[in-house]
Amino acid sequence: MMNHEEIKSCPVIANHIKIALVGQPNVGKSMLINSVSNAHLHVGNFSGVTVDKTEVLFDYKEYHFTVVDLPGTYAFTDYTIEERVTHEYLCAESYDLIINVIDSTSLEKNLQLTAELMSMSKNMVIALNMDDEAKKENIEIDVAYMSELMGIPCVKVSAVTKNGIEDLLNAVIEVRESTAQNAKLIFSEAVEEEIATIVNYLHKHKYEAINSYRNIAINLLKNNKKTYEKLHDNPIWTELQPILIEASKHVELHHDSDDIKEAFAEEYASFNRGIVAEVLYQEVKIEKKTITEKIDSVLIHPIAGIPIFLFFMWGLFQLTFEIGSIPMDWIDAFFGWLGDTVGATIANDDIRSLVVDGIIAGVGAVILFVPNIIILFIGIALLESTGYMSRVAFLLDGFFHKFGMHGQSFIPLVTGFGCSIPAYMSARILKNDRDRLLTLFIIGFMSCGARLPVYVLFIGAFFAPEMAGNILFAIYIGGAMLGMIAAKILKMTAFQGEDEPFVMEMPKYRLPSLKLIWHTVLTKTMMYLKKAGTFIAAASMLVWFLSNYPKNLFLENEYTSKIEAVQAEKSKITLENKLAEVLLEQSYLGQIGKFIEPAFAPLGFDWKMSVALQTGLAAKEVVVSTLGVLYALGSDVDAQNNSLISAISKNISFASAMSFIVVIMIYLPCLAASIVFTREAGGVKYFFYLFTFTSVIAYSMAFITYQIASMFS
Amino acid sequence: MHTLNECEKACKVRVVKLNAKTDLKQRLISFGIMKECVIEVLELAPAKSTIEIKVGKMRIALRAQEAKLIEVEKIDDES
Ligand SMILES: Nc1nc2c(ncn2[C@@H]2O[C@H](COP(=O)(O)OP(=O)(O)O)[C@@H](O)[C@H]2O)c(=O)[nH]1
Repeated sequence: MMNHEEIKSCPVIANHIKIALVGQPNVGKSMLINSVSNAHLHVGNFSGVTVDKTEVLFDYKEYHFTVVDLPGTYAFTDYTIEERVTHEYLCAESYDLIINVIDSTSLEKNLQLTAELMSMSKNMVIALNMDDEAKKENIEIDVAYMSELMGIPCVKVSAVTKNGIEDLLNAVIEVRESTAQNAKLIFSEAVEEEIATIVNYLHKHKYEAINSYRNIAINLLKNNKKTYEKLHDNPIWTELQPILIEASKHVELHHDSDDIKEAFAEEYASFNRGIVAEVLYQEVKIEKKTITEKIDSVLIHPIAGIPIFLFFMWGLFQLTFEIGSIPMDWIDAFFGWLGDTVGATIANDDIRSLVVDGIIAGVGAVILFVPNIIILFIGIALLESTGYMSRVAFLLDGFFHKFGMHGQSFIPLVTGFGCSIPAYMSARILKNDRDRLLTLFIIGFMSCGARLPVYVLFIGAFFAPEMAGNILFAIYIGGAMLGMIAAKILKMTAFQGEDEPFVMEMPKYRLPSLKLIWHTVLTKTMMYLKKAGTFIAAASMLVWFLSNYPKNLFLENEYTSKIEAVQAEKSKITLENKLAEVLLEQSYLGQIGKFIEPAFAPLGFDWKMSVALQTGLAAKEVVVSTLGVLYALGSDVDAQNNSLISAISKNISFASAMSFIVVIMIYLPCLAASIVFTREAGGVKYFFYLFTFTSVIAYSMAFITYQIASMFS
Repeated sequence: MHTLNECEKACKVRVVKLNAKTDLKQRLISFGIMKECVIEVLELAPAKSTIEIKVGKMRIALRAQEAKLIEVEKIDDES
């Protein structure tokens, strides 16, 4: 026996408890993690997938706890990425025990997952969460009896009132200190019989295994692949196999089904019904409509439902881009000021340009989107945590499904009209891989706010003012419709195959919790800054480099002396603008523009327009200022600038202008957005797909536009 | 034999058989939709494209397409 002193002397190794937190969606896992005081939160990703991983570290008594919050999962199916992550983690990673979080108000449904966890024979503690709500609904659960029946300690907790958290931790310590648990999962007679047969057989042949024979037998009956593989190479397999086939037949016959998994699900369900019947007492069953059903009768009303939803969306959208633009202006101003101030202290031109135009502007571009992202994610967190999000999918799925998308695609798509970056990030609400990818590909068709100046400029140059509004509207709607058609085409080609089924829980309505929303938003924002931020800053610097190098001292000197020679202020400015134009023309970017000019000739673009399109890859706003530079008006022009408008209407034909607008509508989103896209889609290859996809469509649509417009003018 | 998508609002049925393929069947089962369970139709989206049902205490939304794969029988209103 070790005495107390010795344990204390080696705390790190001896007293570490690693816990996997498992539960169905919406049982309050995140809330539970947040309710542990003085905990350190670690956020990251599960390796290889875009699923957030939250780890919490804290000390309690003499133990160091590490809790990993696994994504919510209904059962061990591999339907969504979340479920796959959880399943793989539970099977392959090392941890000391599982805390299975259960919503006390719907015990039977939650126990379905518990039963599956029990068959894994890992140590486990059950946390009966939402105890406060259960009390309100007059639900009483006899935890002592439940613990005894299941062979697993069960503890009542409430993440909201923080009741029972200590009991839970104490139970965890107790399980950790005791020897292996004996979960009592009991099946029907028919199955128990077959298990006994297999166990006997394993006994007879003294099969060596870490897991209990009972566990192996259950896994074999369930057709568990890993167990099969392990036994397949063992000599006893030849004899065992016929026994297994016989056993499976028996079980399937008993359940009148040819699907062993279905049979086991039914086994679990009847086990759970037994448990619930024994331990749960609910006073007078109120058969009236629940509050949720009352709210639902309004919010998903066949007629009123969609207008109500559109109103909410409108509100969220307004908030995101109206209120969001206020701090954006400040941030913009701050980085402008910072650039000037820092720039003033650097004597060397090249270094100053690198620091001010490259680094500070690059980092500024990353920070600039943070207010948008925060507000949008507060909105989405609200929609999700109140339970409204599922209603949205219910209402809109009929329409979106026609185009091969999912009802929830609506939210990222609408967000795309504001800015593609939060739109790509919000596509995470789609739980299914293919639905999400398809939506990601379509978001770019929704013209983002940054493209507006370009449209305004060209419309101003070619249409009468009273037509402008209609044309602008047509551009936006046209883009959206094109997106829908593109979705349908993608669905029929690249995303071909059977439709993903749509079966979704409609959770209870709940008041949102501030703490939880704060936690979600913080996690998401940190992820954006950490991952996307570094890439975006680096890429902005690359664009800066391409448009500023190679330097041409000869040209610079020539113009400098010319500028000095002339007297009039006006001609000085003209010359300076001319210098900017020729410098850009001979920069790497200009060279690329010249090089690809022939490729764009069928669309009616000259090299200036090609270069403007390329700088638009960095950020769409830049298209206007590039055109300003290229038409030698200086870079400080905006879309309302009359001299730029007249320069454009003089130098660009109507047909070229139309095809230019079409390209702006469709081609690759800006660099920052493309990087976020790549991250969310889960690989660089998707970026190349997106690049090819948008380029092909943009090119062919612009070509058609150019040909048609040429005929008329 | 009826299928779930044929049911009107507020009707109560019992599941007889799941005709879905393995993956979807697993999904349905993990939501508690299995043989013998009782389903109540709560709400129908416009054009019946999506329906909301109640199984036990859980509300679930599914497409008509998926509902078609669930064979059900009417429960006589005795309660
Ligand atoms: N009344 C009550 N609500 C809770 C409790 N725990 C969580 N919730 C609410 O349940 C919802 C889902 O919680 P969340 O932590 O997001 O669940 P997760 O999906 O399992 O992480 C949130 O709206 C919480 O505010 C609890 O103990 N009591």
